[in-house]
This record gives sequence, C-alpha cells and structure tokens, in this order.
Amino acid sequence: MAQVTLRKIVKKYDEVLAVRGIDLDIVDKEFIVLVGPSGCGKSTTLRMIAGLEEISGGDIAIGGHVVNDVPPKDRDIAMVFQNYALYPHMNVYENMSFGLKLKKTPKDEIDRRVKQAAQILDITELLDRKPKQLSGGQRQRVAMGRAIVRDPKVFLFDEPLSNLDAKLRVQMRTEIKKVHQKVRTTTVYVTHDQIEAMTLADRVVVMNAGLIEQVGTPNELYHTPATKFVAGFIGSPAMNFIPCQLEQAAGALNLRLSDKLSFPVPADRTARYASHVGKANLVLGLRPEHIAETRRHAEANQHDFDMMIDVDEPMGMETMVYFTIAGADICGRVNPNAGATAGKVMKLRADLSNMHLIDDGTGKVL
Amino acid sequence: MANTAVADASVRPAYGSMSRDRRWALRWSYFFLVLFAIFFLMPPIYMLITSLKTSQEISAAGNPWWIYNPTLANYAELLTQNHYLIFFRNSAVVSVCVVAVTMLISVIAAFALARMKFWGSATLATGVFMTYLIPETLLFIPLFKMFAWVNDTFGIQLMNHWWTLIILYPTLTVPFCTWIMIGYFASIPKELDEAALIDGATWTQTLTKIFIPVALPGIIAATIFAFTVSWAQFLYPLAFTTSTTELVLPVGIITTLIKGDVFNWGQIMTGALLGAAPPLIIYAFLMDYYIAGLTAGATKG
Amino acid sequence: MADIAAPSSIATMGDRRSSLHKLMQRKSTIAFLMALPLILLILILVAYPAGYAVYLATLNKGMTRFVGFGNFEFLFGRDTFWLVVYQSCLFAITAVIFKAIIGFVVAHFVHNIPSKGQRKWRGMLLVPWVIPPAMSTLAWLWLFDPSYSAINYLLAPLGIDRIPWTGEAGWARFSVILVNVWIGAPFFMIMYLAALKSVPDQLYEAAAIDGATWWQRIWYVTLPMMRNIIAITALFSLIVTFANFDIVRVLTAGGPLNSTHIFGTWAFRVGIEGGDIPLGASVSLFMVPILAVAAAFILRDITKRGSEV
Repeated sequence: MAQVTLRKIVKKYDEVLAVRGIDLDIVDKEFIVLVGPSGCGKSTTLRMIAGLEEISGGDIAIGGHVVNDVPPKDRDIAMVFQNYALYPHMNVYENMSFGLKLKKTPKDEIDRRVKQAAQILDITELLDRKPKQLSGGQRQRVAMGRAIVRDPKVFLFDEPLSNLDAKLRVQMRTEIKKVHQKVRTTTVYVTHDQIEAMTLADRVVVMNAGLIEQVGTPNELYHTPATKFVAGFIGSPAMNFIPCQLEQAAGALNLRLSDKLSFPVPADRTARYASHVGKANLVLGLRPEHIAETRRHAEANQHDFDMMIDVDEPMGMETMVYFTIAGADICGRVNPNAGATAGKVMKLRADLSNMHLIDDGTGKVL
Repeated sequence: MANTAVADASVRPAYGSMSRDRRWALRWSYFFLVLFAIFFLMPPIYMLITSLKTSQEISAAGNPWWIYNPTLANYAELLTQNHYLIFFRNSAVVSVCVVAVTMLISVIAAFALARMKFWGSATLATGVFMTYLIPETLLFIPLFKMFAWVNDTFGIQLMNHWWTLIILYPTLTVPFCTWIMIGYFASIPKELDEAALIDGATWTQTLTKIFIPVALPGIIAATIFAFTVSWAQFLYPLAFTTSTTELVLPVGIITTLIKGDVFNWGQIMTGALLGAAPPLIIYAFLMDYYIAGLTAGATKG
Repeated sequence: MADIAAPSSIATMGDRRSSLHKLMQRKSTIAFLMALPLILLILILVAYPAGYAVYLATLNKGMTRFVGFGNFEFLFGRDTFWLVVYQSCLFAITAVIFKAIIGFVVAHFVHNIPSKGQRKWRGMLLVPWVIPPAMSTLAWLWLFDPSYSAINYLLAPLGIDRIPWTGEAGWARFSVILVNVWIGAPFFMIMYLAALKSVPDQLYEAAAIDGATWWQRIWYVTLPMMRNIIAITALFSLIVTFANFDIVRVLTAGGPLNSTHIFGTWAFRVGIEGGDIPLGASVSLFMVPILAVAAAFILRDITKRGSEV
C-alpha cells in the first residue's frame, strides 16, 4: 500500500510562503498530476514529498508512515527530473543501477531488474551508451528506467517533458501512461501544461499561489470548475469571460451582456442563480466550443446573435473567430465552411446549457 | 558571410574580389604569425642551440645561431653531477606534494562552498579569490620573520629545508584551484546531486562518485596549474633555502652554475632547458586542459 | 567524512521535525569542517602575515623598538625609493599595454586562419607562458650577454651597433619590459582567443550586411563584446607585473645602479639580503594601494557577472 497523505503542508522561504497549507490524499496506484502556473508551489510540494526540501509545517506520510524527518533515500521514492539529471560519466546501465549498487543489492538481482526495466522502456540496446550519445526522448526513457528499477512506493515526476520538442512530448506522454499502466506505482507528476495534466491524470490537482484550487478528475475540472482560476486554466483556447448582469424577467432570469445583447438563463439553473440577481462583478464563463455558427435547428438554451468578426484563424478542422462583447475579447469555434471572414458580420450561436456564472469578487463559480 | 548562390553574373566580380581579399588577409595572417612565432620561440630555441655547444665554441667569435660541433657533453655533465640531480629531485618531490595537498584541500573546500553552503560561505568564496590576488612579494618578508619566530619558540627549524616549501607553496596554489573548482562544481546541475541523494548516496559518495568524475577536466586543469606554479616558483626558495642540498631547480641553476662572474652558459642553458622540460611536456600532452585552466579563472565563477 | 544518512527507521511522532532539521544543521557543520583546511591556510599563511607585515613595518632595524612611521619617513627621503616607485609603475603600465596590444593582434591572426591549423599555432605561441619565468629569463640574459649577445649579432648586419641591453639604465629598463611582454603577451592572446570564439558569428554577419568594414566590425562588435575579458585580463596582468620578482632579479638584479629595481626585488635586497626586515616590509607594503585598486575592480566585475547569471 503506497498512499501519500499531505496534511496542512507549509513551506516558508525566509518569510515568503511558497506553499500555504495544503491537504491532499493520494490513493494507492493513483496517477496524480499537480498543475498550475510557475511559482504556484507545485514543484516545492513535490520536492517536499521527495525530501529534498524541509517542510516548514504539517505532515507528509507515505504508505501510512509520517516521513517528515526521513531522508530522501529512505522514503522509498524515485524521481524523474526536468533535465533528467543522468550522471554524465556513467553509461545507461550504470545510471540505472547506481541506486541499487549503493544499497548493496546483489549483482544478479541488479542485472535482472535493470534488464527488465530496459525491456519495459525499450532501451535494451542503449544500455552501454553514455547519456551524451542519447537523444532527448531516449534520455527521458533512461531517467524513467532509473526510477523503475528501484521499484519504489512512489514515482515523482518534475516537469519531465518540458525539455522535449512538441512532437516528442506527445509521444512520451503516451509512453509514461503506458508505463504506469504496466507497473501501477503511485505517481505524483508536476507540470505547467494543462493538456499533459488532463491526458495523464487519474486526478488533477490545480494549484495557484501556494494553495490547492481544486482536485478532481480531468472531466470534473473541465466541466464543473470550482473557481474562475480553474475555469480559465483548464482548456485551450481558454474559457471566455464576459462581464454580465443577472436580471429578473417574468419568472425567468435574463443574462445581460451588453445593451444590445442578452440571453435567458437556462430554466434548470434559475433556482441556483436566483439569489444573485442584481449583484455586481458577475462574469459569464463560456468555452469557445459553445460559441459556434448557426445551424438550422436550435436546441434548448441555444441562442443566436449577430457579431462583427475581428479576426478569423483557420485551423483546418475548425476555424477560430475572435470578436468583442462590451470590451471583452471573445473566442468562438466555428465550422471551417461556415464562412467566417474578418470584418464581416456573422450569425453565431451560444450554447448556454454549458455556461458558468462566476462571482468575480470571490473567484468562485456559482 | 560566404555568398553561395549568386545567380546574377554582374555580382560575380564582387564575389571574386571578396575572396581575393580573404586570401590576402590569410597570407598576411600567416606572415605575421610566423614573425610572432619567431619572437616567441627565439629564447627556448637559443637555449637548445647553446646547450648543444662546447664552451670553446660558445666563447668563439662565430655565428652564435649555428652549431658547428654539436655535443651532448653539457647534458652528460649535468646529469651526472650530484647537485643538479638533487635540485631536480627536490623540485619533483616538492611539486608532487604541493599538488597533492592543494587538490585535497581545494576540491573538498570547493565542494563545500559550491554545494553545501554554510554561514559565511559566500564571503569565504570571495575571500578565496582575494587571496589569489595577494602576490608572494608581499608575504615573503613577514613569513620569513614568522618562521624565525617558530624556530625561537618551538625549536622547529623551518628555514633552509626543501620541505618548508611544501608549507609555503599552497598559499599560491590553493586559492586559485579552489576558485576554479567552485566554478566547475557550480556548473554541475543541482538535480544531479539531488538524484544522487534520492539514490541513497552520502555526501562523501556524491563527491567521489559524481562530482569528481564529472568535474574531472576541471580537476586536471587545476592539477596542472598547481604543478606549474610550484615548479616555477622562484622567490620563496631563494629567500627560504640556501644550502646546496636544499635548493630547487630555478634557484639551484642560478646560484650554483653561476660562479661569481663566471657564466658557464652551456651548462646554464642545458639546466634551464631541462628545468623547463616537465611543464613543457605536460603542456604538450594536456594543452587543452592547460588552456581551460588558464581561461577558467576569468570566465568561471 | 560526511554521511548524512539518518537512522533509516521511520521517526516516531514524538520527536519529529527534529532529525531532518538536525540533518540540515549537521550538513552545514560538515561543510564548515570540509572548508576548514582552506580557512586555516588563508588565516595562518596569508591573512596573518599580511597583518604582521604592517606591524613589522613599524619597528626599527633590530626589531627592538617601535618607530611608528619612521621607516616610511626614511623611505620618502631616499632617492632610490622614488626610483623604485617610478620603475614599478613604468614597467607595469608599459608592459601591460604592449601585452594587451600584441595579445590582441596575435589572437586576431590566429582567429583568422582556418580552424584546423589554429590549435598548432596557439600551442606554439603559448610556449613563453609555460616555461618557468626564471628559466626563460636566463635565456634572455644570455641573448643579452654584453660580449656574446646573439641579438646584437643579428642586428650588426643592419648597421646597428652593439646595444648594451642590460648595461645601461635606459636599455636595461627596455629589456625588463621586453621580457615581461614576451612572457605575458601569450596569456592575453589565449584569453582574447577564448573571448573571440564566444562572439556569435551572426553578429559579424549582421554587421557585414549593415555594411561595416573589417575595422568597424572590430570596433563596434569585437571590442564591446570582449570588453569584460580585456578589462579583467589587463587587471590580472597589472597585478602580476607590478608585483613581479623573477624577471628583474634574474635579468638585472636591480642594476645598473638600481635603475631597474621594483618593489619586489628591492624589498628582497633590503629585507632579506640587507637584513633590515622592517624596512623590507615597509617597501613591499607600498604595493598594497595599487593592488587593492586593481583587486577592487576585478571583484566588482566578478560580482557583477555573478548577479547577472
């Protein structure tokens, strides 16, 4: 059993709080991704789990034992670094076996484990090469191999793909997922790339300014973000935020975006939003894919409106259109054949069944 | 700058003249390089020429740049002469010991300063560099007096022993070697020692199994530096040793081969050339490390 | 030496937070111990003697009586002292200027030729720096020999009469500077060459496209990019030349008539050979102001670069 538990973890660097008290329960065999902008404390949290940073407050437990004071090597963890941190003077085999050798593992046992890990990662033919002779993707594999041979309770990944080019990154992402499915070791993975987080994680932890914003499965985060930060951070292109007012209108609610533009709130949400009528600082959150071209039949909660397109960006499979509503820049996603042209007015359709109403004062999604 | 695809014929002459300019620039470069090489190599070559002459020929009126009767007599005489072999031995023992002491002190200290950080470690790193800038001409008089005081107080005679130099030379070698080793160690990514830490390496193992092998080029450069400095040092042995049996090469040649006003130039040049040989041989084989060490002082850290 | 491995048993809830913290503290203690030999060496053999020199300079010849600034007053009244000040500055400044110029020019020529030949030339041109100065100065002394000078032999066909290289004040000073430049220029060459290689080719290409001549390229691209290296090399060299001992000692031993003595050699003559240790210490202390200024500039440059990284 290798669950990891964080209780009120705090990290202070000379009076600056990098991590401001976070709680997290990571289940055995789970793949958890910590994601957030740089400086949000995600790497610091990972390094505290690894034991590379002292914790200033709280408790960390691995497999049920508090490890606050246990040195890294006795925490039974393995870590993959951003720059791989392969020992440049050792070949791949020596790199992978270094930890076992220091632990005085028998030679044949080391050999068996290294060969097995090399097989999983498909690097058997690279074993006697030096890191300098390897490509970025191969180094990445070796770094993972070094983690696997130790057969640890927990894998820790610190932005392992950010030194690779875009294409290789996608490939290695799949690779990491495959490896996890094979070895089923509890994994904590840090990245600033939300796509990486979404594709890899069983559960994603979104962090911001030293605190956890939300924990949930990728789908939960995407469809029911808890805060404006999560709503804006997850998803690309990012969710549109349009300042709005909530008006009472004949037993229903009306969402006013500008003098000319307003939409009725979906009926199933009236009760939820009723208490916010007339409040200041309300923001409508709507993802680009929920602003599309007009089709023949409108379904429930879909509303058409005319808009002057500022910029159109054909992407092949779809075309992104940009326009402004009441000073806010908005992005929509239309069919490439819908005839979007910059400088022309276009009929668009907003799908409000996927809307989010956000209180900009508290940052919470209502 | 090479203009490769020139389609327009009218551009061709310009291209041609540019390459002619370059050819001339190259010729001038070689011409001046040969001139400078003659200037830079003249003394060592003249050393070699003189060392192969008999004393009659040296004092004859002929062309000093030509050897009429080449002879190895100077070498034979010098290498069978006890004094010279003692100087050579003293120099070798002192240099090897100084290199060992220097590398031991500076590698360990540089590791502590670059990686482990303690109260005042940043100040100490700067202090190390400052120490390197203090020349021996400033220190030899107080050290001379200090050694006399040690003799008066503890009865340990430090004066006029070749091994005293093993105490003195590290003041010249350790600061610079520590300084460039700090630079080399600091350029090793932090993740490497963290990976070692997770792999279960102790600080000793991190130093011996990771840092020393990875920074090996730096260590070689520092070793060469320490060796050449101790081999070439002139002021300290001149001030601190006097008996013929305690002298090292540079001082030995000057004080014993020059007898009053009589300069036995054949032997002096032979001795100087042989004395210059160890650094030159090391340089010939490890030139890249030697140069890396030279430039490291200003470019690293 | 340094085994930070704490007991591998999991710490109990009672004394937690203690041992990892202790570990960190122990780490800095160990680090201090590792640096201790270095610290002791600097304190005992560099810092203490430097301070001791100041104390010595305030004693009388027999070191029995405190004389305050007596030694300094005595020095100020002696013509030889002022000669030494003049010569030290003259040698250091002229030699550094010529080393810098020759080093720069030679580095350019080496940089100009195809890169596969550069190694060979660089290797040859650095030889003067590799030979121990006392040895190579001996060769110069022989080249300058009053009756058998091989240089005079070469100059004779050009109609140049025997030059008294070490025999006459002006020529002796020239000779000292010449040997200094001969030894030091290759060092400048190597430093400049390293700096030249670090200037990206695109900059020259951009300058060429902008229509810069080769001279403008050196002035507007090369020199500004190398400014740091030039400054730091010159300062290093200034210190080394100013505090030099070997060359003057072997070549002229300060003569003729003290006309080539510099601080280092004169301090040796007065302090060790003349037996007046306090006076020798006072002489060498006069190097401190110039050394301190040069060192301050170097340090400023180094810390500036440190903060840029």
